[in-house]
Amino acid sequence: MQKEIEYDEKVTITPTDDETAAHQREYASLMRKFWFALLIGIPVMLVAYPEIPWLYLPNLFVPESSEALIRSLFVLSGVATLSVMAYSGRQFFTGAWAAFRHHSADMNTLIALGTSAAWIYSTVALVVPGIFPSGTANPFYDVTAIVTALVVLGQALEVRAKGQTSQAIRKLLDLQAKTARVLRAGHEIEIPVEAVLVGDVVVVRPGEKIPVDGEILEGRSSIDESMVTGESLPVDKVPGDEVIGATVNTTGSFKFKATKVGKDTALAQIVKMVQDAMGSKAPIARLVDVVSSYFVPAVMIISILTFLAWFNFGPNQALAYAVVTAVTVLIIACPCAVGMAVPMSLVAGVGKGAEHGVLIRNGEALQSASRLEILVLDKTGTITRGKPGLTDVLPAAGFQANELLFYAASADQLSEHPLAQAIVQAARNQGQELAEPSEFEAVPGHGVSTVVGEKKVLVGNRKLMERYQIDALPVQTDVENLQGEGKTAMYVAVDGIIAGVVAVADTIKDDSVQAIRVMREMGLEVVMLTGDNLRTAQAIARQVGIQRVLADVLPEDKAREVHMLRQGGKKVGMVGDGINDAPALVEADIGFAIGTGTDVAIEAADITLMSGSLKGVAYAIEISKATMQNARQSLFGAFVYNTAGIPIAAGVLFPFFGILLSPLLAGAAMAASSVTVITNANRLRFFKAKSFAETA
Amino acid sequence: MTITEIVINGIGLGLIGLIVWYFWLYRREGIQIGETDGLQEATINVKGGYNPDVIVVKRDKPVRLHFNRQESSLCSEMVIFDYENISARLPEGQTVTVEFTPQKAGEIGFQCQMGMLRGKVIVQ
Repeated sequence: MQKEIEYDEKVTITPTDDETAAHQREYASLMRKFWFALLIGIPVMLVAYPEIPWLYLPNLFVPESSEALIRSLFVLSGVATLSVMAYSGRQFFTGAWAAFRHHSADMNTLIALGTSAAWIYSTVALVVPGIFPSGTANPFYDVTAIVTALVVLGQALEVRAKGQTSQAIRKLLDLQAKTARVLRAGHEIEIPVEAVLVGDVVVVRPGEKIPVDGEILEGRSSIDESMVTGESLPVDKVPGDEVIGATVNTTGSFKFKATKVGKDTALAQIVKMVQDAMGSKAPIARLVDVVSSYFVPAVMIISILTFLAWFNFGPNQALAYAVVTAVTVLIIACPCAVGMAVPMSLVAGVGKGAEHGVLIRNGEALQSASRLEILVLDKTGTITRGKPGLTDVLPAAGFQANELLFYAASADQLSEHPLAQAIVQAARNQGQELAEPSEFEAVPGHGVSTVVGEKKVLVGNRKLMERYQIDALPVQTDVENLQGEGKTAMYVAVDGIIAGVVAVADTIKDDSVQAIRVMREMGLEVVMLTGDNLRTAQAIARQVGIQRVLADVLPEDKAREVHMLRQGGKKVGMVGDGINDAPALVEADIGFAIGTGTDVAIEAADITLMSGSLKGVAYAIEISKATMQNARQSLFGAFVYNTAGIPIAAGVLFPFFGILLSPLLAGAAMAASSVTVITNANRLRFFKAKSFAETA
Repeated sequence: MTITEIVINGIGLGLIGLIVWYFWLYRREGIQIGETDGLQEATINVKGGYNPDVIVVKRDKPVRLHFNRQESSLCSEMVIFDYENISARLPEGQTVTVEFTPQKAGEIGFQCQMGMLRGKVIVQ
């Protein structure tokens, strides 16, 4: 019988290896190799330039250096250089051989060929100088030793810089608490965080890190979730609320039930998502793929052609020139710089996004996000908070604003209507002491009638005022204006006299205005999409600076609207809360899911924002643009370096200006070029976003 | 042109021909991997390249590839498939498993992050 196995579409099991330690080991090993090569390389170089007397130490001791002495110094150089190749340059040869067996060639091939060609030529010139035309039998062991030293140094610097580029992951992992205090058999014990089980009751004291994800059972506190959501203000949590592992408890203490542990926690999922994205491919890298598959063999061919050109058409001592230029071509070519340009920028950009709660699914999403032209924002819950809040308090003649709010809020205290609750909440937030209402009566479809203190208070709509024969004319203009802004206005009457109006509306999130301004500054056309009527929608749109509004759109039609916008040939991004907007998110070129902290596995989205702020969307686009620009710079630089460097190394400038590149300089340039690419990617770590700039 | 010059030019041109043939024109035959309990499994050693680097599988059947990186060179630290955005980090000395079920016949390439080491899965 066939064994039944369930498979996911794709499963990658990533071990949690301590990558940093591996990088440090590799760095230390490369540095040892570098110092060895340098220590041998310097005396070898002094021997190679006997015509420079101040460098030529034996001159100081042996005033007239004999030919025999020079020859024996060269023999010593040759043997010493062989040890450099065997120890410091070993990985070039093993790497080149492994690649060769697979019918491929890489940077190791070029360095191995270059250094060994120089060594072999030097040795033949030393042993049987007679077979070379006169004047060309000069050994140049220094090239082998010094180039090996430089390239190894370049690799060491590369390892170090790579560690910095991917430190976003490290930072995320460091957020994890090391231990947890759990209740087991009635006792509070401290255990490693890995040992926490689902269902454990975890105790959290003030200032402590929350170890895993869970739900509060008792106690309350304010929790700093900035490390996961990017939200700077602590969030109040009460029993029943979710807490996220790695966030920090502020002042209260509480107990919570662990609901997600290990690889299921929000943090673990974030780390996984970021790692996956860092390892993914941006479409721009496809061009590089084509180039890099032809690159190294092409350089080998150019090297041979260079040799032949010099050999056939070179000046006196053509053979020496031919060998040196052919070796220089092999050494200067840097396929690494080309290959690393895009991946390095991607790693840095994705990491930078993660630091701000922006999870970019992969390189393709990042590249598309950088090219968006239209951004569609869902109104409710995206631009606005999605729940009503008090917006206006407009007293009539003879009343003060706080007095009006006091009556309205006190009267509404017993009402369960969300609009009434919004008024009560706002008054409490302003620090108002409310009075206990008596003779409370809710009039369905009208409002409430109650007694606050000694006074009879009515809060409700126009019908309520008519019912109690209140003259509402003095506030009529205010009411009409408020309605024009899409707000719900409520009349308040005290002892038979109109006291004013209070208005309630779905309020705009604090940072929506700034975020939308940044989006527009980036040249994006921002479109609001909503199921609300046009008047309400336009009122909100005006406040946040959006010109184009698509109102009265049924939830099922959102995807069609996005489709229509795409028909115009422009790249369209859609921002939604990820659940009812899912089809529209999928339809868009880039779907942004605005999460609320924990649910990072929103499949429909290309970019997930852990916070509910639109700033995250603006930031995601900013960082995508910056990353792609960075990648293009590096790629351009690497292409220019190679397309200019290789011909110069081959000696194209020689016939015109007499300039010939030293193979030593070529080695230095090669090492520098790949380090430059990584350094450029690292600049992204200091990227300053407009969307998170402090507003003046 | 002397005999030596002719010989050296001939060797040079011959080498160019060899490079073109060996690196670009040579077609490698893939290794057909066996099937146990409906699962197509293979171990790929990573050292300066992928060994084996061309693997032949059948479609619609799960493929499980165990990558074992035996070198410290950072080049081979990641393996990236041009399919379903699959990628994996390969810590030195550890075996990392990548699993997927190819849906249609064709070629699925995999490579290191810089595209220097390459391999492919031929789906039949």
